Amino acid sequence: MALIQMREVEKVYRMDGVEVRALGGVSLAIEQGEFVAIMGPSGSGKSTCMNILGCLDRPTSGAYLLDGADVATLDDVALARLRNQRLGFVFQSYNLLPRTPAIENVELPLIYSGASDRREKALAALEAVGLRERADHLPTQLSGGEQQRVAIARALVMDAPIILADEPTGNLDTATASEIMGILERLSRQGMTIVLVTHEADIAARARRLVHFRDGLITSDERAPAGVGEPARLPAPGGVRS
Amino acid sequence: MSLSASLRIAVRAMRGNPLRSLLTMLGVIIGVASVIAMISIGQGARQATMTQIESLGSNLLTVIATSARQGGIAAASAVQTLTLQDAEAIARDVAGVAGVSPELSRRAQVVFGSQNTNTQVSGVTPAFPQVRNFHPAQGEFFTDDDVRRRSKVALLGKTVAGNLFPETDPIGQRIRVQGVTFTVVGVMESKGAGFGGDRDDAVFVPLTTAQYRLFGATHVGVIHVQARTADEMSAVQQAVRDLLRVRHRIPAGRDDDFTIRSQADILQALTGVTRTMTMLLGGVAAVALVVGGIGIMNIMLVSVTERTREIGIRKAVGARRSDILMQFLVESVTVGVTGGLIGIALGVLGSRLITRLAGWATLLSPQAVLLAFGFAVAVGVFFGLYPARRAAMMDPIEALRYQ
Repeated sequence: MALIQMREVEKVYRMDGVEVRALGGVSLAIEQGEFVAIMGPSGSGKSTCMNILGCLDRPTSGAYLLDGADVATLDDVALARLRNQRLGFVFQSYNLLPRTPAIENVELPLIYSGASDRREKALAALEAVGLRERADHLPTQLSGGEQQRVAIARALVMDAPIILADEPTGNLDTATASEIMGILERLSRQGMTIVLVTHEADIAARARRLVHFRDGLITSDERAPAGVGEPARLPAPGGVRS
Repeated sequence: MSLSASLRIAVRAMRGNPLRSLLTMLGVIIGVASVIAMISIGQGARQATMTQIESLGSNLLTVIATSARQGGIAAASAVQTLTLQDAEAIARDVAGVAGVSPELSRRAQVVFGSQNTNTQVSGVTPAFPQVRNFHPAQGEFFTDDDVRRRSKVALLGKTVAGNLFPETDPIGQRIRVQGVTFTVVGVMESKGAGFGGDRDDAVFVPLTTAQYRLFGATHVGVIHVQARTADEMSAVQQAVRDLLRVRHRIPAGRDDDFTIRSQADILQALTGVTRTMTMLLGGVAAVALVVGGIGIMNIMLVSVTERTREIGIRKAVGARRSDILMQFLVESVTVGVTGGLIGIALGVLGSRLITRLAGWATLLSPQAVLLAFGFAVAVGVFFGLYPARRAAMMDPIEALRYQ
């Protein structure tokens, strides 16, 4: 059974009395360890899809099964636990807590899981993105790329099997974007399941499966031929130790 | 999320904007400080009242001649119904009586040489010092023999002694009261000012002397009856009443021609007044505290809105609604508690200052401090609950999108 399974998922919003059909029956299965890029124009439903995948939102109809469990039947506490233990989020705007050092941002999921030795785990996660030395820096003292790496460390710290990245390179220059993609590729190689939303074709090209959305529906779903998107063919990610 | 983690977040949020935190707390600070100051003033006043009443003598009943009323019309002569014989009968016939002190007092001019003062002249008996807890500091009180012989001896209150004899020793000197010459045999201890004015502004002479030589009266104004114990007071009060009704030949169904007030009644009335005052002051202060709470709610609502994105992030990484609720609740309670502690310090300081500057007695009880502090915590919880709930119920997607 696939790790992520969406069956005929529909999402209808009601805005000012007008019904907006954000998803019109999407079926998508993602296996453990896949690296999936989702593309599509604005309003195509890709963000809504990510919200549902991230257990931040529930489908209006249809089923979303994560690890075989139907998310629709879960309450707030169970959804919070799923987000905490099974999912890691990376956002376009980093979404770090302001005035809070990098290390404490990374510790945040551990606080809600009630884990012990939070500092060591957070340092290890920062180490994995090459920012151990910047642990005590505030977000304002870090560059955009560094902030995004802190956000990735936060997504990694719980050893969650899935990373959901919503335009993680959208605010970054090309070189830094490539660096971030390098980290995601390495995580993918290590067996993590990654779902990435992007506008940029060259970013999407580095994933091994490409899903196109349009008007709330999947218009294409293609796996890259063997070899394409293989890390060996890409420049080594700068500043990241493997 | 653990309490210590919530607390750290709360302290960081408060330190992030110290001026705002202080202004938020100000309402609670003022509220708590005024609750404490007001209660300590009220309790101090009550304590002072009780001490003063105790100093009048303990377990005291006061019998006052009043007019017997018939159809609402008072007979003028009726205020002269109490006599020395009534007092002697009470001492003789009523069980549980420790002492009886009949008194007749009027204001009169007292003269020594060129010195001259208007004071209260009280005719009393040798039972007076014990019953009224008012003893001579110098010399001896007069005896039953003096009362029998209508001796022209007098004891001076401290104020009178000071007025008439600024330099000389008054003992053995002769003073004149309404043309009658008295020998000063003693000076009373100082009792200070209390209800009904300066108790030291008085001259004490034998009751019979006052009656027959000074005022030309056969009655007494008031009889103080001291019960042996506090428990016996009501029994003594009843017995005195029954006895006086018989002696005054008051038929059943008619009102007494006297009034008996027990010290307990007076105490109760006065402490009742001070308690009402305390509650009134405390109530006003509590209103200030509630206003302070509204201040907390206002700022917490602003804070929740400002930190919408933070709430979204926390939810995305696995915070439950209850975690968010706790976080903001801990924050508002922290504001309340910090304000409460500062308020307690200011309140204690304030009541000390009032004692120092205004000379009012203040009494700070731990209960008052605890009450004020509890109030501050409760205000933090109560006024923090709505903003915290609002934060907890936020939709994570909207929260993350919030700019």
